[in-house]
Amino acid sequence: MREISYSEAIREAMSEEMRRDTAVFLVGEDVAVFGGVWGVSDGMLAEFGDERVRDTPISEAAIIGAGLGAALVGMRPIVEIMFGDFLMCGGDQIVNQAAKARFMSGGKANVPLTLRVTSGAPGSAAAQHSQSPESWFMNVPGIKIAAPSTPADAKGLLKTAVRGADPVLFFEHKMLYGETGPVPEDADFTVPFGQANVVRQGRDVTVIAVSIMVPKALAAADLLAAEGISVEVIDPRTLVPLDKETLIHSVAKTSRVIIAHEAHRRSGPGAEIAAMLAEEAVEYLDGPIIRVGAKNVPLPYSPVLENFVLPGVDDIVAAARLLASK
Amino acid sequence: MDITHYSHDLLAHLFQRMTLVREFELRAIEERRRGLIPGFIHSCVGQEATAVAACAALAQQDVITSTHRGHGHLLGKGGDPKFMMAELAGRSSGYCLGRGGSLHIADFDLGILGANGIVGGGFPIATGAALAFQMRREQRVALAFFGDGAINEGTFHESANLAGLWKLPVIFFCENNLYGEGTPQHKQAPIADLARRADSYGFPGVSVDGNDPIAVYEATQAARRRALAGDGPTLIEAKTYRFRGHYEGDPQVYREPGEMAAWRQRDPVPAFRARLLESGLFDEAQLVEMETAVQTELDVAVAFAAAAPLPVVDEALQGIYAETHEGLVF
Ligand SMILES: Cc1ncc(C[n+]2csc(CCOP(=O)(O)OP(=O)(O)O)c2C)c(N)n1
Ligand SMILES: [Mg+2]
Repeated sequence: MREISYSEAIREAMSEEMRRDTAVFLVGEDVAVFGGVWGVSDGMLAEFGDERVRDTPISEAAIIGAGLGAALVGMRPIVEIMFGDFLMCGGDQIVNQAAKARFMSGGKANVPLTLRVTSGAPGSAAAQHSQSPESWFMNVPGIKIAAPSTPADAKGLLKTAVRGADPVLFFEHKMLYGETGPVPEDADFTVPFGQANVVRQGRDVTVIAVSIMVPKALAAADLLAAEGISVEVIDPRTLVPLDKETLIHSVAKTSRVIIAHEAHRRSGPGAEIAAMLAEEAVEYLDGPIIRVGAKNVPLPYSPVLENFVLPGVDDIVAAARLLASK
Repeated sequence: MDITHYSHDLLAHLFQRMTLVREFELRAIEERRRGLIPGFIHSCVGQEATAVAACAALAQQDVITSTHRGHGHLLGKGGDPKFMMAELAGRSSGYCLGRGGSLHIADFDLGILGANGIVGGGFPIATGAALAFQMRREQRVALAFFGDGAINEGTFHESANLAGLWKLPVIFFCENNLYGEGTPQHKQAPIADLARRADSYGFPGVSVDGNDPIAVYEATQAARRRALAGDGPTLIEAKTYRFRGHYEGDPQVYREPGEMAAWRQRDPVPAFRARLLESGLFDEAQLVEMETAVQTELDVAVAFAAAAPLPVVDEALQGIYAETHEGLVF
């Protein structure tokens, strides 16, 4: 299979869906002439024109809310917000409006709205440009949350989001944009929501890894294999809905579990997953559930501090050793 | 405009600080290229007159909120290039102990409530500071710097309305450099003179030549007088241009042909220099002396930053809350 980057895979998904359905359009700050600040929509203006690839003023509440309004009357907007941190500027439209529209209206509202957002620390971008806000929204029923870790998943999940009928927060990790991998060319290739991917099979420890922590967990698994610790790596791919079955099945096999994400440890995605496992799989566990995540401080600027705060391969290795020794 | 009735000190201050801002930016860009500075820089080269002259019209006790393009504002308000350079280098002797970087430099002693990584993040903060000054009957104003792009954030409109309604001593100072990132102003707003927006919030808006420090100084002084008299806010739109990319490394595909060359003719630093000479108030030797002093100050700043200690990792866990609670886990 041909290999393309995560960024190209996302562009391909958007372009295919825009060719397939005229209701799909892309809107956001600098998505058109500039091609997106991360370059993801580079070239799309030339193909689709400025009506369907739209630059906007710097007005997140209006951009997100306009996406919602257009969705409510039958369009399928893809809204790009260049940093997940800026979601807060349009927070009401996400949390109080989009997420609740279907339920509050007694099921009358259809909300095919995709919010493409970046997460993660790109390096010395400091506290307002480095956050991983997935779990801020996990506490809000009504919104789906995807966090792909590979180019193929990025393409397949994005197409599912765009074709769906619910608002989706689609988190793209900034440090994954350049990563390449095999991606199907089939224009109808999709990846369903709520289906975790067992990325690597193992016997001793399960690592449930979100987004960028998947490649880090795989690197940790290689190191641990050399020590005789066999690691299973699972990527939930969507946090809402969450594929509990695959996670529990793995824990039943290994009896040990680590949850790794770049978000802060406190109330990060791991808190929900850990609570779910404690409620539904405690009988399989031989040790504590360990969360690997950013320390509970704002992301610092200085690389020394930032590297210390962010979770790394070594944190997963240390946690696995601890569990394996029990 | 004749400048001979302005004090020698004021004119010297404007020239010295504008030169400092220009040269600080060029040094920072250079040091980033050489690896001393790890993070992004949004330089304000070309916008020295707005930053410096607006701050020159303020008093020591006044406060500002700054932006992602904030180095000029900070230096204008009296920021020390040593501590700024050290912050950009991520050192623990920097203004924010290396935690904040370019986007978050603050110095509350100088009335700098902070640069900001969030476009439009400063409007409500400046408004709130002005509210406090009004409530405490203090002779102080708050000035919010922002760009032509930021004026389209909801925070501008909510803050302007509140400030207009309560007649708060706040100055909304727009540096209109014609672009927000890669999008030109005419694709972000359907009106050319952003100063008109003040009208709907019940206070005056003025457009001035942002490359003329005297025009900026006059407008800001008038706004400050108005604010202190209890008459409420002013919106100042200073028209200017940035000579470098939105950030260092920006390919700048979006510029209109010929636009840069036209604005280069109006480069605020050499233009003001020529004016000072023309006025007869300064001679070449005096200006060269000031320029040389700026270079020396920046040599010191870069050396200070390069020699400053890097933070030790435990520092990352401190200073999140005012108090630490023994036994409680953060
Ligand atoms: C809420 C928010 N939206 C978007 C951005 C990304 N961004 C940073 S600077 C900028 C352009 C700001 O334009 P303007 O206000 O004109 O200031 P200038 O950069 O021209 O000085 C944008 C869109 C941001 N930092 N915060
Ligand atoms: Mg601008």
